[in-house]
Amino acid sequence: MSYYQGLQAETVTFRGHNGDQGEAYYARPTRAGKFPGVVVIHHLPGWDEWIMEVVRKFAHHGYAAISHHLYFREGNGSPDDIGARVRAAGGVADAQVMGDTAGAMAWLRAQPNATGKIGVIGFCSGGRHTYLAACTLPGIDAAVDCWGGNVVVDNPKDLNDKRPVAPIDLTEKLSCPLLGVFGNDDANPTADQVNRTEAVLKKFGKNYEFHRYDGAGHAFFNWARDAYRPEQAADGWRKVFDFYRRYLVAPAASVAAE
Amino acid sequence: MCSYIVEKAALVGSAKGRKGWMRIDTANVYFDHPYYSTLDHVLAIDFTNEGEGGRDRVAIELSADSARALIARIEAALASGEAAHPSLAAPHAVAAE
Repeated sequence: MSYYQGLQAETVTFRGHNGDQGEAYYARPTRAGKFPGVVVIHHLPGWDEWIMEVVRKFAHHGYAAISHHLYFREGNGSPDDIGARVRAAGGVADAQVMGDTAGAMAWLRAQPNATGKIGVIGFCSGGRHTYLAACTLPGIDAAVDCWGGNVVVDNPKDLNDKRPVAPIDLTEKLSCPLLGVFGNDDANPTADQVNRTEAVLKKFGKNYEFHRYDGAGHAFFNWARDAYRPEQAADGWRKVFDFYRRYLVAPAASVAAE
Repeated sequence: MCSYIVEKAALVGSAKGRKGWMRIDTANVYFDHPYYSTLDHVLAIDFTNEGEGGRDRVAIELSADSARALIARIEAALASGEAAHPSLAAPHAVAAE
Protein backbone atom coordinates (compact mmCIF):
# COMPACT_ATOMS: atom_id res chain seq x y z
CA MET A 1 0.00 0.00 0.00
CA SER A 2 1.35 3.38 -0.93
CA TYR A 3 -0.21 6.75 -0.57
CA TYR A 4 0.34 9.92 -2.52
CA GLN A 5 0.44 12.00 0.57
CA GLY A 6 1.17 15.26 -1.18
CA LEU A 7 -1.92 16.89 -2.56
CA GLN A 8 -3.13 20.21 -3.81
CA ALA A 9 -6.60 21.55 -3.09
CA GLU A 10 -8.18 24.64 -4.51
CA THR A 11 -11.40 26.25 -5.62
CA VAL A 12 -11.95 26.13 -9.37
CA THR A 13 -14.67 27.25 -11.76
CA PHE A 14 -16.64 24.91 -13.95
CA ARG A 15 -19.53 25.07 -16.40
CA GLY A 16 -22.69 23.48 -15.12
CA HIS A 17 -26.30 23.21 -16.20
CA ASN A 18 -27.16 25.57 -19.07
CA GLY A 19 -23.51 26.57 -19.24
CA ASP A 20 -23.73 28.46 -15.96
CA GLN A 21 -20.35 29.06 -14.37
CA GLY A 22 -19.97 27.94 -10.77
CA GLU A 23 -17.37 27.09 -8.22
CA ALA A 24 -16.11 23.70 -7.18
CA TYR A 25 -13.58 22.34 -4.75
CA TYR A 26 -10.87 20.27 -6.39
CA ALA A 27 -8.06 18.22 -4.92
CA ARG A 28 -5.48 16.03 -6.62
CA PRO A 29 -2.23 14.29 -5.81
CA THR A 30 0.74 16.53 -6.49
CA ARG A 31 2.74 13.64 -7.88
CA ALA A 32 3.03 13.51 -11.65
CA GLY A 33 0.79 10.97 -13.28
CA LYS A 34 -2.73 10.32 -14.41
CA PHE A 35 -5.50 9.71 -11.94
CA PRO A 36 -9.10 8.50 -12.04
CA GLY A 37 -11.64 11.19 -11.22
CA VAL A 38 -14.26 11.24 -8.51
CA VAL A 39 -17.18 13.65 -8.35
CA VAL A 40 -18.36 14.18 -4.78
CA ILE A 41 -21.97 15.36 -4.48
CA HIS A 42 -22.57 17.24 -1.26
CA HIS A 43 -25.47 16.73 1.09
CA LEU A 44 -28.49 18.95 1.54
CA PRO A 45 -27.15 21.24 4.29
CA GLY A 46 -24.56 22.44 1.83
CA TRP A 47 -21.03 22.58 0.57
CA ASP A 48 -19.43 22.26 3.96
CA GLU A 49 -16.10 21.52 5.56
CA TRP A 50 -16.77 17.81 5.83
CA ILE A 51 -17.45 17.48 2.11
CA MET A 52 -14.18 19.24 1.35
CA GLU A 53 -12.38 16.84 3.64
CA VAL A 54 -13.92 13.99 1.66
CA VAL A 55 -12.54 15.52 -1.53
CA ARG A 56 -9.07 15.69 0.02
CA LYS A 57 -9.45 12.12 1.24
CA PHE A 58 -9.89 10.93 -2.32
CA ALA A 59 -6.84 12.91 -3.41
CA HIS A 60 -4.90 11.32 -0.58
CA HIS A 61 -5.87 7.95 -1.99
CA GLY A 62 -4.74 8.82 -5.48
CA TYR A 63 -7.81 10.25 -7.16
CA ALA A 64 -8.48 13.64 -8.70
CA ALA A 65 -11.66 14.65 -6.91
CA ILE A 66 -14.08 17.50 -7.29
CA SER A 67 -17.12 18.66 -5.38
CA HIS A 68 -19.22 21.17 -7.24
CA HIS A 69 -21.21 23.67 -5.24
CA LEU A 70 -24.81 22.81 -6.09
CA TYR A 71 -26.03 26.14 -4.74
CA PHE A 72 -23.57 28.44 -6.52
CA ARG A 73 -26.35 30.31 -8.30
CA GLU A 74 -27.31 31.87 -4.98
CA GLY A 75 -24.18 34.00 -5.19
CA ASN A 76 -21.48 34.74 -2.69
CA GLY A 77 -21.83 34.05 0.98
CA SER A 78 -21.11 31.40 3.53
CA PRO A 79 -22.19 27.93 2.42
CA ASP A 80 -24.51 27.53 5.41
CA ASP A 81 -26.38 30.76 4.70
CA ILE A 82 -26.65 29.85 1.04
CA GLY A 83 -27.87 26.37 1.95
CA ALA A 84 -30.54 27.88 4.17
CA ARG A 85 -31.80 30.06 1.32
CA VAL A 86 -31.92 27.11 -1.04
CA ARG A 87 -33.82 25.05 1.49
CA ALA A 88 -36.32 27.86 2.02
CA ALA A 89 -36.85 27.98 -1.74
CA GLY A 90 -37.64 24.27 -1.89
CA GLY A 91 -34.24 23.00 -2.89
CA VAL A 92 -32.60 22.61 -6.26
CA ALA A 93 -34.15 20.87 -9.23
CA ASP A 94 -32.93 17.42 -10.15
CA ALA A 95 -32.39 18.48 -13.76
CA GLN A 96 -30.12 21.29 -12.64
CA VAL A 97 -28.13 19.01 -10.32
CA MET A 98 -27.67 16.51 -13.13
CA GLY A 99 -26.50 19.26 -15.47
CA ASP A 100 -24.06 20.52 -12.88
CA THR A 101 -22.80 17.01 -12.19
CA ALA A 102 -22.24 16.38 -15.88
CA GLY A 103 -20.31 19.65 -15.95
CA ALA A 104 -18.12 18.58 -13.03
CA MET A 105 -17.43 15.27 -14.78
CA ALA A 106 -16.47 17.09 -17.97
CA TRP A 107 -14.18 19.40 -16.00
CA LEU A 108 -12.34 16.41 -14.54
CA ARG A 109 -12.01 14.71 -17.92
CA ALA A 110 -10.56 17.89 -19.42
CA GLN A 111 -7.63 17.92 -16.99
CA PRO A 112 -4.30 16.69 -18.30
CA ASN A 113 -3.99 14.32 -15.35
CA ALA A 114 -7.23 12.47 -16.14
CA THR A 115 -7.29 8.77 -16.98
CA GLY A 116 -10.82 9.22 -18.28
CA LYS A 117 -12.37 7.01 -15.62
CA ILE A 118 -14.96 8.79 -13.51
CA GLY A 119 -16.66 7.77 -10.30
CA VAL A 120 -19.48 9.60 -8.57
CA ILE A 121 -20.20 9.47 -4.84
CA GLY A 122 -22.80 11.30 -2.83
CA PHE A 123 -24.01 11.49 0.71
CA CYS A 124 -27.53 11.96 2.04
CA SER A 125 -29.41 13.89 -0.67
CA GLY A 126 -26.19 13.58 -2.66
CA GLY A 127 -26.61 9.82 -2.46
CA ARG A 128 -29.99 10.20 -4.11
CA HIS A 129 -28.43 12.50 -6.72
CA THR A 130 -25.75 9.86 -7.32
CA TYR A 131 -28.41 7.23 -7.95
CA LEU A 132 -30.10 9.60 -10.39
CA ALA A 133 -26.82 10.39 -12.12
CA ALA A 134 -25.99 6.70 -12.49
CA CYS A 135 -29.35 6.19 -14.18
CA THR A 136 -29.39 9.29 -16.38
CA LEU A 137 -25.87 10.56 -17.14
CA PRO A 138 -23.57 8.85 -19.62
CA GLY A 139 -19.94 8.26 -18.84
CA ILE A 140 -19.97 7.22 -15.19
CA ASP A 141 -17.78 4.19 -14.50
CA ALA A 142 -18.78 3.54 -10.88
CA ALA A 143 -21.30 5.14 -8.52
CA VAL A 144 -21.47 5.12 -4.72
CA ASP A 145 -24.73 5.97 -2.97
CA CYS A 146 -24.13 6.66 0.72
CA TRP A 147 -27.49 6.54 2.52
CA GLY A 148 -29.34 8.47 -0.13
CA GLY A 149 -32.83 9.21 1.12
CA ASN A 150 -35.95 9.39 -1.04
CA VAL A 151 -34.64 7.03 -3.71
CA VAL A 152 -37.86 5.23 -2.91
CA VAL A 153 -40.80 7.65 -2.76
CA ASP A 154 -43.73 6.18 -0.88
CA ASN A 155 -45.87 9.30 -0.94
CA PRO A 156 -46.57 10.62 -4.46
CA LYS A 157 -47.06 14.08 -2.94
CA ASP A 158 -43.31 14.16 -2.37
CA LEU A 159 -42.82 14.40 -6.13
CA ASN A 160 -42.95 17.90 -7.59
CA ASP A 161 -41.59 20.03 -10.42
CA LYS A 162 -38.10 20.00 -8.96
CA ARG A 163 -38.09 16.32 -8.11
CA PRO A 164 -40.55 14.83 -10.60
CA VAL A 165 -39.39 11.21 -10.62
CA ALA A 166 -38.53 8.71 -7.91
CA PRO A 167 -34.99 7.56 -8.67
CA ILE A 168 -35.92 3.92 -8.12
CA ASP A 169 -38.24 4.17 -11.12
CA LEU A 170 -35.20 4.85 -13.32
CA THR A 171 -33.28 1.79 -12.15
CA GLU A 172 -33.65 -0.03 -15.46
CA LYS A 173 -31.44 2.68 -16.98
CA LEU A 174 -28.63 2.27 -14.45
CA SER A 175 -25.53 2.24 -16.60
CA CYS A 176 -22.65 1.54 -14.22
CA PRO A 177 -21.75 -0.56 -11.17
CA LEU A 178 -23.40 0.74 -8.01
CA LEU A 179 -22.18 0.51 -4.43
CA GLY A 180 -24.66 1.27 -1.66
CA VAL A 181 -23.65 2.01 1.94
CA PHE A 182 -26.40 2.18 4.54
CA GLY A 183 -26.98 2.24 8.29
CA ASN A 184 -29.68 -0.11 9.46
CA ASP A 185 -30.95 2.44 11.99
CA ASP A 186 -31.46 5.11 9.36
CA ALA A 187 -34.92 6.65 9.07
CA ASN A 188 -34.38 7.81 5.48
CA PRO A 189 -33.71 5.45 3.80
CA THR A 190 -35.19 2.85 6.09
CA ALA A 191 -33.88 -0.70 6.03
CA ASP A 192 -37.09 -1.68 4.25
CA GLN A 193 -36.56 0.95 1.56
CA VAL A 194 -33.00 -0.25 1.06
CA ASN A 195 -34.33 -3.79 0.66
CA ARG A 196 -36.86 -2.61 -1.90
CA THR A 197 -34.19 -0.76 -3.85
CA GLU A 198 -32.05 -3.88 -3.86
CA ALA A 199 -34.99 -5.95 -5.09
CA VAL A 200 -35.42 -3.65 -8.09
CA LEU A 201 -31.70 -3.73 -8.88
CA LYS A 202 -31.82 -7.50 -8.71
CA LYS A 203 -34.92 -7.62 -10.91
CA PHE A 204 -33.12 -5.72 -13.66
CA GLY A 205 -29.92 -7.72 -13.26
CA LYS A 206 -27.81 -4.72 -12.37
CA ASN A 207 -24.22 -4.83 -11.14
CA TYR A 208 -24.50 -3.64 -7.56
CA GLU A 209 -23.37 -4.36 -4.05
CA PHE A 210 -25.03 -3.11 -0.89
CA HIS A 211 -23.41 -2.97 2.53
CA ARG A 212 -25.62 -2.51 5.57
CA TYR A 213 -24.28 -1.68 9.02
CA ASP A 214 -25.83 -2.48 12.36
CA GLY A 215 -25.47 0.11 15.07
CA ALA A 216 -25.33 2.89 12.52
CA GLY A 217 -27.89 5.34 11.22
CA HIS A 218 -27.75 8.23 8.81
CA ALA A 219 -24.45 9.93 7.98
CA PHE A 220 -22.33 7.59 10.05
CA PHE A 221 -19.16 8.57 8.14
CA ASN A 222 -19.50 12.15 9.36
CA TRP A 223 -17.06 12.68 12.21
CA ALA A 224 -18.64 16.06 12.95
CA ARG A 225 -21.93 14.48 14.04
CA ASP A 226 -23.02 12.34 16.94
CA ALA A 227 -24.05 9.88 14.24
CA TYR A 228 -20.39 9.07 13.57
CA ARG A 229 -19.61 5.37 14.00
CA PRO A 230 -15.86 4.91 13.66
CA GLU A 231 -15.75 1.15 13.14
CA GLN A 232 -18.58 1.07 10.65
CA ALA A 233 -17.24 4.16 8.89
CA ALA A 234 -13.75 2.68 8.58
CA ASP A 235 -15.16 -0.47 7.05
CA GLY A 236 -17.44 1.54 4.79
CA TRP A 237 -14.52 3.59 3.48
CA ARG A 238 -12.63 0.36 2.78
CA LYS A 239 -15.59 -0.83 0.76
CA VAL A 240 -15.66 2.45 -1.19
CA PHE A 241 -11.96 2.36 -2.03
CA ASP A 242 -12.05 -1.31 -2.92
CA PHE A 243 -14.99 -0.64 -5.25
CA TYR A 244 -13.30 2.30 -6.95
CA ARG A 245 -10.04 0.37 -7.24
CA ARG A 246 -11.87 -2.34 -9.17
CA TYR A 247 -13.82 -0.06 -11.48
CA LEU A 248 -11.79 3.14 -11.80
CA VAL A 249 -8.17 2.23 -11.54
CA ALA A 250 -6.98 1.40 -15.03
CA PRO A 251 -3.90 -0.82 -15.26
CA ALA A 252 -1.79 2.03 -16.54
CA ALA A 253 -2.95 4.51 -13.93
CA SER A 254 -0.51 5.48 -11.24
CA VAL A 255 -2.96 5.41 -8.38
CA ALA A 256 -2.74 3.92 -4.93
CA ALA A 257 -4.85 0.84 -4.49
CA GLU A 258 -6.14 1.95 -1.11
CA MET B 1 -34.43 13.63 7.06
CA CYS B 2 -32.84 15.06 3.92
CA SER B 3 -36.11 16.79 3.13
CA TYR B 4 -36.91 20.22 1.87
CA ILE B 5 -39.89 20.58 4.20
CA VAL B 6 -39.96 24.08 5.62
CA GLU B 7 -42.65 25.71 7.70
CA LYS B 8 -42.80 29.43 7.07
CA ALA B 9 -44.05 31.80 9.75
CA ALA B 10 -44.74 35.47 9.09
CA LEU B 11 -43.30 37.64 11.85
CA VAL B 12 -43.14 41.19 13.05
CA GLY B 13 -39.90 41.73 14.87
CA SER B 14 -36.18 42.20 14.78
CA ALA B 15 -33.11 40.11 15.34
CA LYS B 16 -29.45 40.75 15.90
CA GLY B 17 -27.09 39.04 13.52
CA ARG B 18 -23.66 39.39 12.02
CA LYS B 19 -24.33 42.91 10.80
CA GLY B 20 -26.14 44.07 13.91
CA TRP B 21 -29.86 44.53 14.30
CA MET B 22 -32.23 43.95 11.43
CA ARG B 23 -35.96 43.79 10.93
CA ILE B 24 -37.32 40.32 10.30
CA ASP B 25 -40.54 39.29 8.63
CA THR B 26 -40.15 35.51 8.28
CA ALA B 27 -39.06 32.47 10.22
CA ASN B 28 -38.20 29.38 8.20
CA VAL B 29 -38.64 26.43 10.53
CA TYR B 30 -37.54 22.86 9.80
CA PHE B 31 -36.53 19.65 11.50
CA ASP B 32 -33.65 18.12 9.62
CA HIS B 33 -29.92 17.56 9.60
CA PRO B 34 -27.99 20.49 11.02
CA TYR B 35 -25.19 22.46 9.54
CA TYR B 36 -23.28 23.17 12.75
CA SER B 37 -24.70 21.06 15.58
CA THR B 38 -23.38 17.57 16.22
CA LEU B 39 -26.94 16.25 16.63
CA ASP B 40 -28.39 14.01 13.93
CA HIS B 41 -31.48 16.20 13.65
CA VAL B 42 -32.27 19.65 14.92
CA LEU B 43 -35.19 22.02 15.02
CA ALA B 44 -33.73 24.86 13.01
CA ILE B 45 -35.09 28.36 12.63
CA ASP B 46 -33.77 30.92 10.20
CA PHE B 47 -35.01 34.42 10.94
CA THR B 48 -34.89 36.49 7.78
CA ASN B 49 -36.33 39.54 6.08
CA GLU B 50 -37.69 38.20 2.81
CA GLY B 51 -39.05 41.63 2.01
CA GLU B 52 -35.45 42.74 1.68
CA GLY B 53 -34.30 39.68 -0.22
CA GLY B 54 -33.75 37.30 2.67
CA ARG B 55 -30.00 37.18 2.21
CA ASP B 56 -29.16 37.76 5.87
CA ARG B 57 -30.39 35.50 8.59
CA VAL B 58 -30.15 34.78 12.28
CA ALA B 59 -30.00 31.03 12.64
CA ILE B 60 -30.53 28.65 15.54
CA GLU B 61 -30.31 24.86 15.74
CA LEU B 62 -32.01 23.22 18.74
CA SER B 63 -32.51 19.67 19.94
CA ALA B 64 -36.12 18.53 19.63
CA ASP B 65 -36.59 18.40 23.40
CA SER B 66 -35.13 21.82 23.99
CA ALA B 67 -37.21 23.24 21.15
CA ARG B 68 -40.38 21.94 22.77
CA ALA B 69 -39.24 23.32 26.11
CA LEU B 70 -38.61 26.67 24.45
CA ILE B 71 -42.13 26.69 22.99
CA ALA B 72 -43.51 26.19 26.51
CA ARG B 73 -41.33 28.97 27.91
CA ILE B 74 -42.38 31.34 25.13
CA GLU B 75 -46.02 30.61 25.90
CA ALA B 76 -45.34 31.10 29.61
CA ALA B 77 -43.54 34.39 29.05
CA LEU B 78 -46.37 35.68 26.87
CA ALA B 79 -48.98 34.61 29.41
CA SER B 80 -47.25 36.16 32.37
CA GLY B 81 -46.36 39.32 30.44
CA GLU B 82 -49.88 39.81 29.17
CA ALA B 83 -51.29 39.10 32.63
CA ALA B 84 -49.10 41.87 34.00
CA HIS B 85 -50.00 44.19 31.14
CA PRO B 86 -53.55 43.27 30.02
CA SER B 87 -53.81 46.24 27.71
CA LEU B 88 -50.90 44.92 25.64
CA ALA B 89 -52.40 41.53 24.86
CA ALA B 90 -52.17 40.52 21.17
CA PRO B 91 -50.66 43.83 20.04
CA HIS B 92 -49.48 42.57 16.66
CA ALA B 93 -51.74 40.14 14.89
CA VAL B 94 -49.76 38.33 12.21
CA ALA B 95 -51.33 36.07 9.65
CA ALA B 96 -49.70 32.68 9.86
CA GLU B 97 -48.91 30.98 6.61
